[in-house]
Amino acid sequence: DIDDIGHKYHLELVLEDVLDKDSTVNCTAEVLYHLGNKNIAPDVQFTIEGELKNTDEADNVFYNQIKSLEKELVAENIPDSHGNVSPEMEPIHLLAWVASGYVIWQNSTENTKFQLAQIKHVKQVKRSDEYLEFDYMILLHEMVSQEIIPWQMTVLWHPQHGVQVTQDSRQPKHASE
Amino acid sequence: MKILLVFAALVAAACSEQLFVGDQVLRITASDEEQITLLRVLGEQTELQLDFWRHPTSPGRPTDLRVPFPSLQAVKIFLESNSISYSIMIEDVQVLLDEEKKTMTRSRRTERSTDTFDFASYHTIDEIYDWMDMLVDEHPNLVSKIQIGQSFENRPLYVLKFSTGGSNRPAIWLDTGIHSREWITQATGIWTANKIAKEYGQDPSITTILDSMDIFFEIITNPDGFAFTHSSNRMWRKTRSINAGSNCIGVDPNRNWDAGFGGTGSSSNPCSETYRGPYAHSESEVKAIVDFISGHGNVKSVISIHSYSQMLLFPYGYKTAPAPDHQELNELAKKAVNDLAAAYGTKYTYGSIVDTIYMADGTTIDWAYDNGVKYSFTFELRDTGRYGFLLPSNQIIPTATETWPALLDIMVHVLEHPY
Repeated sequence: DIDDIGHKYHLELVLEDVLDKDSTVNCTAEVLYHLGNKNIAPDVQFTIEGELKNTDEADNVFYNQIKSLEKELVAENIPDSHGNVSPEMEPIHLLAWVASGYVIWQNSTENTKFQLAQIKHVKQVKRSDEYLEFDYMILLHEMVSQEIIPWQMTVLWHPQHGVQVTQDSRQPKHASE
Repeated sequence: MKILLVFAALVAAACSEQLFVGDQVLRITASDEEQITLLRVLGEQTELQLDFWRHPTSPGRPTDLRVPFPSLQAVKIFLESNSISYSIMIEDVQVLLDEEKKTMTRSRRTERSTDTFDFASYHTIDEIYDWMDMLVDEHPNLVSKIQIGQSFENRPLYVLKFSTGGSNRPAIWLDTGIHSREWITQATGIWTANKIAKEYGQDPSITTILDSMDIFFEIITNPDGFAFTHSSNRMWRKTRSINAGSNCIGVDPNRNWDAGFGGTGSSSNPCSETYRGPYAHSESEVKAIVDFISGHGNVKSVISIHSYSQMLLFPYGYKTAPAPDHQELNELAKKAVNDLAAAYGTKYTYGSIVDTIYMADGTTIDWAYDNGVKYSFTFELRDTGRYGFLLPSNQIIPTATETWPALLDIMVHVLEHPY
């Protein structure tokens, strides 16, 4: 507890590569949840011991695949009801995972636990510059309230420049569902 | 069109299968004897290749006639110029034949026995009900199906009873699918029920258990919700009951039990995923279980299976004070979780609901515990969020396989600690 400021947590964690379970990296972090205004994202400071795997080759393959599509990519329900993700959609899924991490960070409090539940819909937006742009409609699952929250996010990505969420907004849940 | 037909005929000849593309079946009603005679004469024109499905007999009675496509025009002109009334019963015979073929292939693929049932996929409510009947058929001396009530939308609430005899023996209650979107639970339920039936007489633990105890297993505890996850919204959690004065549907069946009902661990808002309902046991799906367990009077353990989070939980969720049997339940959970991890290394956390996951009131196991069922546990199966509710079907069997020894640990403990 830090008087008049908020609650600070010191964490020691192990990062595990989702694509390679044996590849792990130690990490320490400090998270500060601010008192009062719940609309401010928690402060996060972290250090990674060692290096994350280089993914340049896979990144470039994905980048070129999308760049060379004649029609804009469109897809929905990733994973589908049975948990399937087709191999072609796996990078789109992973990109949503990273981008939703940003959205989750920006909207987390000490009383929330968010997970990406599903990509309802994703549409590529063609750009004249070198970036790839995707307009996602995702479902976030919030563990404490058990709510499924639709969220729109616009995601920019480039192999060298990484991920950026340029716009995101919480969507209303349909009352009849 | 003609070229297509010739080609089709050639192909058909090559495949030695007769095609009926474009053929129609006409229902003809002759109004008098003269018209009957005309129809008979028509049928004698062999070049037309007419095929009576129902021969012309007397006026007023229908004549059904299959007309090959090339003869259609001629036949219709004949009927119309003689003022013989007719209607087209079948627009294209081949279309019907194709449909029939598809249905037949499909039904050949339908499961004929539990040996061929695909445990590694997610199934519909009907497929699961069919499988249940097969299981009972195959193990008539061990398994029976009882109905304990009806859902809001009047679906049957079925429970599988595993019993080797006796009268009102001490019993273990298992349920899966109370939250309909947690598909891994119903799938694990099917596999587990099958395992119990198969292993009786083979596995020493389950055999000893069933020799003196009964097992009651409700696999689709929330059928309305489950049907809705298939038809409309894969993420539906609650029941499908209508809430007076609200557009929002459904009550959280795991906040509707009469144990700490109405606290901060549930919601009073019908639109919420944790809506507790207008009063405890308002949901027929919950009331049915309450009545069954209370009526039975000899249930010694309630194990309610959920997903996801990889946890093994025991009471309480509605208060922070530890349950009187906290230590024993904690030790048992620890053992079960270790044995679960032995299969594939899957790590579970364990403890009381309130300590491990969050405050939750009106839960199944809190009600069971407060009503004398000491060994009350909730499982939260795989995973920890990567796929969440959308767990890939290739994880069904591993999940069920690793959970089995944990379930056995609890059931053996119950057997060995009568009260």
